[in-house]
Amino acid sequence: MTSIGGFRWGETLARVVVIALLAFAIFGPLANLVLWAFAERWYFPHKFPQEIGFTYWARVFAPRGSALASLWTSVGIACLTVLVTLAVAIPAGYALARLKLPARTLILLVFLLPQAVPNLPVYVNIARVFYELRLNGTVTGVVLVHAAHGLVLAVWIASAAFAAVDASLEEAARNMGASAWRCWTTVTLPLALPGLIASAIFVFLESLDEFTGTYFVGVPDVTTMPLLMFNASMGGNYQIASITALLLLVPSIAFMLLVERFLKADVLAMIGR
Amino acid sequence: MNQRSWAGLALAAPALAIVVVFFAGPLAMSAILAFRGRDGGFTTAHFEKAFELYSTDLLFSAAIVVLSTAAIAVVAIAIAGYLTLGEHPRTQAILRWLYRWPLFIPFIVTAQVMRTFLAKNGMLNHVLIGGGLIDPLQAQSMLDWRGIVVAFVWKQAPFVTLLLAGAMAAIDRQHIEAARNLGAGRLRVLFEIVLPQARRTLMVGLVLSFVTMLSVLSVPMMINPNSPTMLTVDIAYRINSHGDYAVANALCLMSLALASVGAWFYVREAARKAERG
Repeated sequence: MTSIGGFRWGETLARVVVIALLAFAIFGPLANLVLWAFAERWYFPHKFPQEIGFTYWARVFAPRGSALASLWTSVGIACLTVLVTLAVAIPAGYALARLKLPARTLILLVFLLPQAVPNLPVYVNIARVFYELRLNGTVTGVVLVHAAHGLVLAVWIASAAFAAVDASLEEAARNMGASAWRCWTTVTLPLALPGLIASAIFVFLESLDEFTGTYFVGVPDVTTMPLLMFNASMGGNYQIASITALLLLVPSIAFMLLVERFLKADVLAMIGR
Repeated sequence: MNQRSWAGLALAAPALAIVVVFFAGPLAMSAILAFRGRDGGFTTAHFEKAFELYSTDLLFSAAIVVLSTAAIAVVAIAIAGYLTLGEHPRTQAILRWLYRWPLFIPFIVTAQVMRTFLAKNGMLNHVLIGGGLIDPLQAQSMLDWRGIVVAFVWKQAPFVTLLLAGAMAAIDRQHIEAARNLGAGRLRVLFEIVLPQARRTLMVGLVLSFVTMLSVLSVPMMINPNSPTMLTVDIAYRINSHGDYAVANALCLMSLALASVGAWFYVREAARKAERG
């Protein structure tokens, strides 16, 4: 008995240690960020900030501060990107999942392009073109760049969501005399809705967090939160950078906690098919 | 083509148009500009210059993304495997809650987080010193290639794990239970029953991560901006400091070549699946 008991204890201990290490690997860096956000003064080799306070928070949230303005710019751009992306991704996703498409694999691969190819070359050259079209430094330009990138996830997830809808339910509705449109709005769309919401969430987050494209296309007039954070951090202002980073974390973590409600395993299994 | 295929194409057309105009077009432009001399003729001079200046960074980029992708695969298989095959529900619940915190944290925030965590004055060093694992004098900044790899794995492993755990959950439990009843150990079930069935999803996740890491600008720029560094930093530098689009585009094509190695794996896998039907 004792040997079995000892074995169990050893296993439990190993489990606790592994989970504790993982927890430190995940929350340690985040805790460090929180400390910096409240640090007034912090030099090596002090373990904790010598002074903590809200001076930098006051500066970020000052009415004429640039942080609030860039927060609204970011949210506005993300909402517009979701609208543009979903308006074209829902029909495309439905067509890929349900209709006979010539060269279906090729079309899926084209949608993979922005994800399967490094984006930097695109941003570099699109910035040149936008400069001539006077789209550089405009919200429209940034939204278009974000939408082209967000389409990948949106189309693939929308297509998976439609593919996961049981076709026999649609046939039953049609057999009972529902029109194609009625069948789509009362059967197909509601069943695919969680997946579509998930794709909207992904597009929103991608746009909110996008840095490289905005860095090339948005300058000098469009300053989103990631750009503000980058400038602060490279300027050595870790407090402002950390506070901005914390603000960017809030929606990310909220959506992380919600995502499984919308993205069920059956939809996940259909992605890329 | 019949009416249904036309309808399908019409529905997909607007989305295709956006990708072609705002993505494929500029990409093609990159290929053209990389080979066009000042007189408009064909030249390989930009490539020669790019190789001369940045061949170390090319190798550095390749090594970083390969190493990170391998580490991501190990972490994702370990966590997703335990979530699928573990026999301790409470640990599984904690793990499921724990692993995905970095899932949607943007690269730029990850970069800032690691910039503070891995610095000489960072929490990692303080914990190692406090735990007696290293001497205060041994404390060193990890903001070099190690920092980039840590940031990439921290950010991308949860994404691949989420996809993989989803695919594993969709596998018929009877296969797993049958193998377990026949006396197969959990590791054997993972590598011989579960993983082969979820391999495609794992590949998709890894290829997407591989390519994403190749084009992330913020992480190398904020963690390790000095040479040797990743090609993305060099590209931004060529443009911002020299307005040198030609060499920048040559470097872009190099990172495309690296990415196409990843894409080749993916296409091969897709073709194999098509053969099987």
